[in-house]
Amino acid sequence: MLGPIGFAAPGLLLALLALPALWWLLRAVPPAPVVRRFPGVALLLGLKEDESETDRTPWWLLALRLLAVAAVIVGLAGPVLNPQTRADGTGPLLIVSDASWASARDWSRQEARIATLLAEAGRAGRPVAVASLSAPPSGALAFRPAEHWAERLGGVAPQPRAPGGAGLDAFLAALPAEGFETVWLSDGLARESRAAALEALETRGPVRVIESPRPILALRPPVFEDGLIRLTAIRSPAEGAAEAVVTAHGPDPSGVERELARGIAVFEPGESEAGFALSLQPELRNRLTRFQIQGVRSAGAVSLTDDALQRRKVALLAPRDGREGLELLSPLFYLRQALEPVADLIDGGIDDILLAAPEVIILADIARVTELEADMLVEWMEKGGLLVRFAGPRLAGSEVSRGELDALMPVRLRAGGRMVGGAMSWGEPRALQPFADGSPFAGLNVPEDVTVTAQVLAQPDPELAERTIAQLADGTPLVTRRPLGQGQVVLFHVTANAEWSTLPLSGLFVQMLERLAVSTRPGRPDADDLAGSTWTPERLLDGFGTVRDAGNRPGVPGETLAAALAAEAGAEPLAPGVYASDGRRFAVNVIGPDTGLAPAVWPARIPVEGLRQASETPLKGALLAAALLLLLVDILASLKVSGRLVGGTLRGGTTALVLVLLALPGPAAAQTQPGAPDAGTARDDRLALRATGETVLAHVLTGDPRVDQVAAAGLRGLSQTLFRRTSVEPAEPIGIDLEADELAFFPFLYWPITEAQPTPSDAAYARLNRYLRAGGMILFDTRDADMAGFGFSSPAGRRLQEIARPLDIPPLEPVPGDHVLTRTFYLIQDFPGRHNGEVWVEAAPADAERADGMPFRNLNDGVTPVVIGGNDWAAAWAVNERGEPMMQIGRGRGGDRQREIAHRFGVNLIMHVLTGNYKSDQVHVPALLERLGQ
Amino acid sequence: MTAPLPAALRHRAEGLAASLPPLLAEAEHLAATVMLGEHGRRRAGIGDEFWQYRSAHAGDAQRLIDWRRSALSDQHFVREREWQAAQSVALWVDSARSMEFSGSRDRAPKVDRARLLALSLAVLLVRAGERVGLTSAALPPRTGQMQLQRLAGRLCDTGATDYGAPDTSGLAPHARAVFLSDFLGDPAPVEAALTAAADRGVKGALMMLLDPVEEGFPFDGRTIFESMGGGLRHETLKAGDLRGRYLARLAERKDRLAALARLTGWHFTCHHTGDAPMVALMWLHRSLERVRG
Repeated sequence: MLGPIGFAAPGLLLALLALPALWWLLRAVPPAPVVRRFPGVALLLGLKEDESETDRTPWWLLALRLLAVAAVIVGLAGPVLNPQTRADGTGPLLIVSDASWASARDWSRQEARIATLLAEAGRAGRPVAVASLSAPPSGALAFRPAEHWAERLGGVAPQPRAPGGAGLDAFLAALPAEGFETVWLSDGLARESRAAALEALETRGPVRVIESPRPILALRPPVFEDGLIRLTAIRSPAEGAAEAVVTAHGPDPSGVERELARGIAVFEPGESEAGFALSLQPELRNRLTRFQIQGVRSAGAVSLTDDALQRRKVALLAPRDGREGLELLSPLFYLRQALEPVADLIDGGIDDILLAAPEVIILADIARVTELEADMLVEWMEKGGLLVRFAGPRLAGSEVSRGELDALMPVRLRAGGRMVGGAMSWGEPRALQPFADGSPFAGLNVPEDVTVTAQVLAQPDPELAERTIAQLADGTPLVTRRPLGQGQVVLFHVTANAEWSTLPLSGLFVQMLERLAVSTRPGRPDADDLAGSTWTPERLLDGFGTVRDAGNRPGVPGETLAAALAAEAGAEPLAPGVYASDGRRFAVNVIGPDTGLAPAVWPARIPVEGLRQASETPLKGALLAAALLLLLVDILASLKVSGRLVGGTLRGGTTALVLVLLALPGPAAAQTQPGAPDAGTARDDRLALRATGETVLAHVLTGDPRVDQVAAAGLRGLSQTLFRRTSVEPAEPIGIDLEADELAFFPFLYWPITEAQPTPSDAAYARLNRYLRAGGMILFDTRDADMAGFGFSSPAGRRLQEIARPLDIPPLEPVPGDHVLTRTFYLIQDFPGRHNGEVWVEAAPADAERADGMPFRNLNDGVTPVVIGGNDWAAAWAVNERGEPMMQIGRGRGGDRQREIAHRFGVNLIMHVLTGNYKSDQVHVPALLERLGQ
Repeated sequence: MTAPLPAALRHRAEGLAASLPPLLAEAEHLAATVMLGEHGRRRAGIGDEFWQYRSAHAGDAQRLIDWRRSALSDQHFVREREWQAAQSVALWVDSARSMEFSGSRDRAPKVDRARLLALSLAVLLVRAGERVGLTSAALPPRTGQMQLQRLAGRLCDTGATDYGAPDTSGLAPHARAVFLSDFLGDPAPVEAALTAAADRGVKGALMMLLDPVEEGFPFDGRTIFESMGGGLRHETLKAGDLRGRYLARLAERKDRLAALARLTGWHFTCHHTGDAPMVALMWLHRSLERVRG
């Protein structure tokens, strides 16, 4: 062992002794000579070099070689960085782990360490037992082969508690009497149970302790005071300065769990506590579910929050009356006194209040609300609201809930109520009966001095018994409750002030409000407060600080919870989590408000190891590689020394290049792809370039691939025909997406209509109208041969009407015989495609007249913006890639003739589009000639 | 021809035949770049070309008087013709193994340069009407294109010795001679040949052909130097150490040759194969001219 380096075969290191011999040997052997043919040798004969020692290898080259040889020798000796010392023991081995919340942070390492221990024990054939002190196994400890435990390691997990209590005592008592060695994986915290356990283990055999020196961080429960949430992080050991980032978590408004706030606790050097205060808005604060120290996986670093941080929004409503200054008689005075410290109070009308989403609404002696408000309240209650009503003279005097149950009342009321023990009545004021078990008030002490002198009486309905949650000594209901949806309505049959009873004057009133979850208490409850209630866990923490849904866990009696909350010594450990009962929640945390952390102190006789296992790093490969590298350098150096490297800088450069390549085996970073330009603009630009570079015919993409294909082929055929027969030389046609593409580049659009075609968007219509107004032409083709007269009953025709309705299309007429379309290039009278139906164009103005002697009328100047027909022209024009007709048109010669005419129509159409009324102007020629003649 | 030719001879013949035309062509090409200008002996003598008129001295034969010129004046003039007797130039190209050295892969061996220069010079001389041959008795000086062919053939012979010595067996008296060699071998035969030639009234030029590597000695480290034929070996442990003294010896050799040349009325220069052959050819041509002066 040399420091952290050990050798697998240290004997080989003896070979290092041979290095001086090698030095001498290498020194004696000069580098091999180069044989050169050189005619000048005749001049060299007899020359002797001056320095006689140059036949020795230069010292640095020698050192290089020795280094290489030494590296080989040392490498072959098998050096290992951080070798595992194998402390072989004998006899049974007990591995105990604290497995507490504090162990969770380093648990993976601890598991690895246990695995190592097991592997070593397995090699040594020692029987092993593994036990967790936080969850000690019941019954006698069984030593088994290491393989047995290796499979069961996963069963040992950190618990969200500290070791101790009756279970640990039982475990220690049940330890076998025969000797065994103990390895104790400690969590590093001092605790009372440790000494006893150590003593018990030491009597059985040697004890070795492994603990992590890493500091342990924990978070105390948040304390709410003066509107601030005070958080305290604690640590052990208290060395150096450190920071702990504490994050607050809770659902956001959409219910997703997320971080709501964060703060940093800064530990001063030597301080074990660090705190800070968070100021959160009530809305945010009420949503908090837990605080945790960021980056620490441990139950101790998580502090669940309960009602202590939450302040309910309570709305108070009382009848408005004219009396002023009688505060003590105000129906709300005592409620305000009781609730002000623990809840946010809201005043206002019902509709205003509901907007603030209160948890509780208290109606003090309000008999009636409007129907609308009642509906709103019911709706609010069904979503979980709690409506608390107090009786009073108004309620008693009203007819509310008399004959039938009012929606906002838990029970029906008898008229009038009753007075007992008053000045004008018989009998004593009534005391309260102890609360029954099923009541939310169960367990509360009933003070003697709470008496009731007046109350409203409930009608003895069948449900009355189950709706009663508190009653007077004579059995009349004092508090009744009725669930409504997720919420409930609660009626105190007495007033909220001291007029009818002394209840509002007693502490019981506050306790009752708490039990009803009207208010929450900031402090810790004592056993009395929780007596008689049952608390079911809602969420539980595991040892790693992960919050899990508790599922169907049995409830816990209130006394147990109180003991756990008070962190009483010897109390039965309660799983940390949030416990709920009747809308109230208490959080049990691993770390109590007074918990402190201190590092564990072990007696000097106990060996303590760190948990950190430096992994073995064999250095053999690295050393041999270094030797190889040195030898490579040696080759170059030898070449240099023997003069073979001088041959030229080029060769030297190559060598350097080779060296660099050797040193940098990673390929150069691949060239990054030049970022693709934005596809949309690129398409636009390409489209514009293609469309404006040459004349291009375009068709509207219908979304039907067959139709689009035929349209493209048709325009290609028409383009070829134009190319061959006219001076128009169009390029390959383009399909246009009405929604995306600019139309202004195209003189002509062919638009086949399909039934399934989507109606263009408003933007597309705007573009189309702009296109038509700017002189574009659209050839609408219903492709149905205009079977039933133009566009009135065929599906495509109807579709055309729907599509064309928002378009700016002038009045139409069938193509008149003297329309310019009939003579722009060819003289034609029919406009057939695959069919030969009627074709419609813009109607001629009504005043068009035939000039004298002219065969044509003097028609409109402009180009018709639309040509509409159903002749399926594209099919007639369509050609395939080889230029042959794609579709069958008609039969035999007649068909060919029809195709030819279709092509001629196409030529005429495009000529019309491109030259406008040029041919129409020919009618003016005689007049022009006449003028020239003058 | 019944006896089959030895395959080796035939190979060699083919190799020669393959290399001859390019060598000759290259030589012609190089020679064509030399602007000869007026070509003549620059002195009166027997020839066809007019040289000068001079006043007739006493003793001039009467038939020598140019009567047409003399009739223009009262004096008698003799028409002299330029001396046009052809000169013999003998070439010696060292074909020993040492000439096959080339210091770099992209440089031709020294012997190539030597042959090229010799043949180019021969082309120039033949064009000028001189007779060109070898110093050895194998190819006496003659003129004409056929002589060039023969010369090219002879020049392509390779020697077997490490270092060459001039063979002056065929050197005619009062001829001109050109020795092309690296002169790295034993200088004694060269001196002997040169002295013998001077004795016979032969003048000419010595051209020392060296590879730049021989001039620079860029070697270092432990090296065994071998002569091209392997006859000489010299081992050094630190070649770089010898550079200075090698260069000194080379300079001494050059000095010695130059001194010898001066003594015998020859011209001496050193040409590096790294330089353009044109310069060397011009120098050779001019040195032969000067000899005539």
